[in-house]
Amino acid sequence: MRLAFPLVVSALLFSLGVYGVLARRNAVLVLMAVELMLAAVGLNLVAFDAYWADALHGGQVLTLFVITIAAAEIGLGLAIVLLVFRERGTADLDRLDALDERAEVAAAPEAAP
Amino acid sequence: MTGVETAFALLGLVAVGSGVLVVTSPQLVHAGLWLAVSLAALAGCYLLLTAEFVAWVQVLIYVGAVIVVVLFALMLTRAPTGPSAESSVARRAVAAAVATATAGVLLAVLQAGFAGEVVDLDAVEVGGATATGGALFRIWVLPFEVLSVLLLAALVGAITLSRRTTDHEESER
Repeated sequence: MRLAFPLVVSALLFSLGVYGVLARRNAVLVLMAVELMLAAVGLNLVAFDAYWADALHGGQVLTLFVITIAAAEIGLGLAIVLLVFRERGTADLDRLDALDERAEVAAAPEAAP
Repeated sequence: MTGVETAFALLGLVAVGSGVLVVTSPQLVHAGLWLAVSLAALAGCYLLLTAEFVAWVQVLIYVGAVIVVVLFALMLTRAPTGPSAESSVARRAVAAAVATATAGVLLAVLQAGFAGEVVDLDAVEVGGATATGGALFRIWVLPFEVLSVLLLAALVGAITLSRRTTDHEESER
């Protein structure tokens, strides 16, 4: 099999993940786009494992590690999203601007007197 | 194009096509389900690249567990089941430009480095449970143990974050 096939698929999946992270508004969907990027990395690792016929199976073992880390990441990330939703009543990233400097500057004159 | 290449191209097409729907579908729950399709197609790609054990782990962890957790989170955050408001057109245009640039850079680098290279799948030891397990527990055992600690830490962190502290408990402190 030509190496180009898995590499092109993984490059496209990674770019889709980048698009999703930048364009989505819902925090859960941003995490899903991150999962797409991690999956693309896994495909690359498996492809190069086969390409170099790695006797240590480094690529496949690292893919297993990436899957594990992705599971830990999505568990923690969703716990944080749920906590934010409980505190603020929204998972919309555009409306979570409590640390936004511009919002602070706009609100400061009212609080000053 | 050989048979394996054709199968891989079809699976890759499914993975990328459903990936497009994951990041563009206005229905949030549908996006989660398309993610399952994309990751399952990717597991098929792993199978074709002789990573048999990794493929089944992918099906178990991603398609089985992660998607269920994501769907739970979508429903717990009261995501609308109908179409939801998309982000502004300007932001999507910027995101598409950045993503296209990323794809361009990645494909150019891969073209420069690995154009015309061929994977000899017959020479590769199939990564079944024996081969992958042997490599995992003979060579990669220390990172494996470190990862188990990481998983434990993530588990404790998730429980701590999602534990409900009532006003009664707060006043007792």
